[in-house]
Amino acid sequence: MGLFKKYLKPFFGRMAIGFAIKVAGTLAELMLPYILTHILKKVVLNENIYEIILWGGIMIFFSAMACVCNIVANRMAAKVSKNFAQSVRQDLFIKTLRLSAVQTDDFTIPSLESRITTDTYNVHHFTNMMQRLGVRAPIMLIGGLAITLFMDAYLSLAMIALLPFIFVTVFFISRKGVPLYAKVQKSVDGMIRVVREDLQGIRVIKALSRTDYEHKRYDRVNKNLIRDEIHAGMIMGTVNPIMTLLMNVGIVAVIALSASRVSKNLSDPETVIAFMQYFTLISMAMMSVTRMFVMYTKSAASAGRISEILQCEDPISVKSKEQYPDISTDAHIMFDNVSFSYKGKKNNLSNISFSVKKGGSVGIIGATGSGKSTIVKLLLRFYDTDSGNIYINGENIRTIDKPRLYKMFGSCQQNDFLYADTIEENIKFGRDVSFEQVVKAARIAQADDFINAFPEGYNHMLSPHGTNISGGQKQRVLMSRALAARPDILILDDSSSALDYRTDAMLRIALAENLEDMTLVTIAQRVSSVKDSDVIIVIDEGEIIGAGTHDYLLEYCQPYKEISDSQMGGAFID
Amino acid sequence: MTDKEQNIKSNEERKSVKGILFRLCGYVFKHWYLFIPAVLLTLLANQLSLLGPKYSGQAIDAITLATGVDFDSVSGNVIKMLICYVLSAIMSYLLAVIMMYMSQKIVYTMRKQVFEKLTTLPIGYFDNHPTGDIISHISYDIDTINSTLSHDLVQVMTSLYTVLGSLIFMWNISKPMILIFVITVPAAILFTRYRSKKVKPLFKLRAKKLGELNGYAEEMLSGCRTIQAYERENEIGGRFDTRNEDAMDAYYNADYYGATLGPSVNFINNLSISLVMILGGILYMLSQSGAVKVGGMFFITLGGIAQFVQYSRKFAGPINEFANILHEFQSAFSAADRVFKILDENPEKEDIEGAVDLKLTKGCVEFSDVVFGYTPTKRILKGISMVADPGKTIAIVGPTGAGKTTIISLLMRFYDPDSGVITIDGDDASCFTRKSLRSAYTMVLQDTWLFYGTIYDNIAYGREGASEEEVILAAKAAKIHNFIESLPDGYNTVISDDGINISKGQKQLITIARAMISDSPMLILDEATSNVDSRTEIQIQEAMNELMRGRTCFIIAHRLSTIQNCDKIIVLQNGVITEFGTHDELMSKGGFYSTLYNSQFS
Repeated sequence: MGLFKKYLKPFFGRMAIGFAIKVAGTLAELMLPYILTHILKKVVLNENIYEIILWGGIMIFFSAMACVCNIVANRMAAKVSKNFAQSVRQDLFIKTLRLSAVQTDDFTIPSLESRITTDTYNVHHFTNMMQRLGVRAPIMLIGGLAITLFMDAYLSLAMIALLPFIFVTVFFISRKGVPLYAKVQKSVDGMIRVVREDLQGIRVIKALSRTDYEHKRYDRVNKNLIRDEIHAGMIMGTVNPIMTLLMNVGIVAVIALSASRVSKNLSDPETVIAFMQYFTLISMAMMSVTRMFVMYTKSAASAGRISEILQCEDPISVKSKEQYPDISTDAHIMFDNVSFSYKGKKNNLSNISFSVKKGGSVGIIGATGSGKSTIVKLLLRFYDTDSGNIYINGENIRTIDKPRLYKMFGSCQQNDFLYADTIEENIKFGRDVSFEQVVKAARIAQADDFINAFPEGYNHMLSPHGTNISGGQKQRVLMSRALAARPDILILDDSSSALDYRTDAMLRIALAENLEDMTLVTIAQRVSSVKDSDVIIVIDEGEIIGAGTHDYLLEYCQPYKEISDSQMGGAFID
Repeated sequence: MTDKEQNIKSNEERKSVKGILFRLCGYVFKHWYLFIPAVLLTLLANQLSLLGPKYSGQAIDAITLATGVDFDSVSGNVIKMLICYVLSAIMSYLLAVIMMYMSQKIVYTMRKQVFEKLTTLPIGYFDNHPTGDIISHISYDIDTINSTLSHDLVQVMTSLYTVLGSLIFMWNISKPMILIFVITVPAAILFTRYRSKKVKPLFKLRAKKLGELNGYAEEMLSGCRTIQAYERENEIGGRFDTRNEDAMDAYYNADYYGATLGPSVNFINNLSISLVMILGGILYMLSQSGAVKVGGMFFITLGGIAQFVQYSRKFAGPINEFANILHEFQSAFSAADRVFKILDENPEKEDIEGAVDLKLTKGCVEFSDVVFGYTPTKRILKGISMVADPGKTIAIVGPTGAGKTTIISLLMRFYDPDSGVITIDGDDASCFTRKSLRSAYTMVLQDTWLFYGTIYDNIAYGREGASEEEVILAAKAAKIHNFIESLPDGYNTVISDDGINISKGQKQLITIARAMISDSPMLILDEATSNVDSRTEIQIQEAMNELMRGRTCFIIAHRLSTIQNCDKIIVLQNGVITEFGTHDELMSKGGFYSTLYNSQFS
């Protein structure tokens, strides 16, 4: 619940005003039964019709006041909760973007998504209803109790005697209900996952004629879901009957108690009527409390899930130079005996050392899963090394603050990210890059021609994930993005695999002409993509099994020669 | 009538509220053994709770007797009240449980029907309907129907009974006082209708804006690594904020106007009670002073007023809720409409009458003049004729969009040709049952598809009843066994959505292992090795060759190295076969293929 406290704090003043207005409205409503009793008890005896109409008018006035106060308070509550939810969601989104790769992997993207959408929606809804119903119910309870105590303390004991039962009911049910609803949510997720999988794999399922199997698989999750829903419903369904019963028992008790008191002239039947009214008002208010608890169960879980993200500490923080001192080297990039493992079990990279001078180039080649891309991820500090260090210009990358670090790189990765916006914007990517720079980058990346072929040119809209352009075109747009801000280090991770050989060759020539002092890191499966690098590193199972120039490796590195030979005639058609 | 007109008409039929209602009722009545007790319980529980105020009024009258308190009558009424309320509580709980059981049963059936329906739909349906939409039908739409069935249905029954019941009781207590409701009830109904009309578009806008926001968040999160690599978190965050602000403003607007509804309805309630008090007070005064006769139409007791106030609360509640419930029903109807629309989709065409199971003797597949388009206006294949000889390998190459994948879809009979025939061993492919035809092929597709489950299950999926030995053998053949063994949980490793433990290439190898295990005479490889690097590819090529031996094999590959050794290469351009022959033949011809092949050495 720390989440609510933290984010609602700026609105405490406003909430207090809203609260006061709400209280005024609720009190006005509580006056109604009192006036009602007054009319029956006193006014009627005066036998004056105008007086009755006057007091009736007062009732209408209080009704109207309650209405206006409630509307104003509800609107204020809506405003507060809107601002609250907006800032929670904003912080959550930014924080999510900043999560380290390890954290993103742990949480998984779909789960992070639902925290920004559904969970934030739940806490929003809750804060709104809390201010509306949550205030009204206790005031009704306390105010109603106070008035009944004032009218007839003895009779109101009936009400007070019920309170413990009410609280126990609310407490017990919400205690039971919270975990049950959490379970329902889990089952819903499980059910949806099967549907999503099957929709994506429908061709395979049909090809293998496995629909019966899938029906059974779905039936299992479907059954789980209704079982959990029934469990939760059985518990939550007790709320209304129990609360109504308690209130009605209270009314019965008041009538029973009042009989002897009236006969002793200690009370009067009009008071009993007022009591019945108060009991009804209070019971309706308490009923809404149970609704609040259902909401609470949902939103507490949601708030927990949101806080979990907001409280994540960034393990990839900037470290001090004392801890990780600079070294003196003329290498631009230097890996010094780096080892790393994703899960801490088996090393994904072991004892990787290499360096490249400013303006130089390094090519990394190896089989699927050999750890090629991991090298880039470490260089970009998505993960920290387990042992060994990475230096840029002699500075340990752990000591370089993020804005400075990432300004150095232009990176173009496997399956990289394009989004629904113009091509120009996708290349600029929100950076302060001029249109001239965009075009220049696109020319180098061999993208200018096909972009200009669109009627809208650089204003051509991409669909989400860039699905409306081909794989090769995507890679060239991504390359343009990497080049646009003229980075110190250009990283190409399998970023020309969809290009045909001719375009690939032209790209390489254009890069060489424009590179000047840009340092190039290329990761590829094709020998032709790396063969001109100053140094080529051959990776196998996380270890360097060969390093040197193309000619050197052909002669002395058997696996490299094998790859090279196999790619004779390995052209792509696209 | 054209097809289109007919479509519109059947759409309208389906859309009519009556039709939907009828169909929903069908689901409800199927569970009549739950529904009928539920109706009875509703009536009973309500009757009991209506009796409560009556007894309390009588008790109050017994207290206010001029002769003093009639203790016997008071205690009698108190006991009656107690019994009524206890029974009513028990019954309403029972009712809630029964309705929940019923609605859960219905929801279970509906989900099952929708899901099983989905698996019978032609592939084209999934190409035209986004996954997210279908998921929202099977989850949110069915949930909406559920809450209406389990909650609103009871509420309507209860409301009707309560309104009528309290009206009768009030009529018996005092006829003149009922006149008050002639004013307040229409006022309440008019007001809620007017309000909801005004607020509805605001809520629609709110839903739309929230959808946009969600979409944006989803898209940007998928690129969070890239955003970090360019340190664009603040920039993207700023753009998100604009959308966030928009959505929240829409939200606030809807809330702002929506906030009037509850308090206003409450006001009308209180107004009724105030008016009851004015009129009741006057009548009571007259009754007390003896100006109206005891038992006359205008006569009223204190207990009578107490009862009347209680009944008027009961009476007004449902009437004011009316607009809300109507709204709930409307959204449930449109949800049901969307669900029924799926259930009414045309399934994949039935196998023709007398279709036989395909029993492959040779495995010769022939296309003769096959024409096909996904829409009638746009032909994808424009007259394809080719022969795949038994046990031979045929490769199909060509630029993207040439129709390569479409040929596969026709082979698997995901679609049938518009004209022309595909024959298998000389017989028209449409004479065979789809199931037997599809199981004659093994398919490895470009998009690796693995489900949430263990690696073992994913491989064994290839053939029902595959043994553990066969699974391991297949994994070994696909060169993935060692990798699997190196995982902490081995074959029991669960493949989850974003598992970083398994790369794309490895996932592809697992699907290849799955293909290895299915024992089909023909093979389709659609860029099956595009995610595997060359070295790994060489390793599995051997195993592939083993798999391909003796099988008729269709390969779609962008990589020329993988198809050089095929028995026949077909070049497809714009839905037409432009060249065919062996690698050497095509090279010597000097056409598209040779240009392409030579370009890699330039």
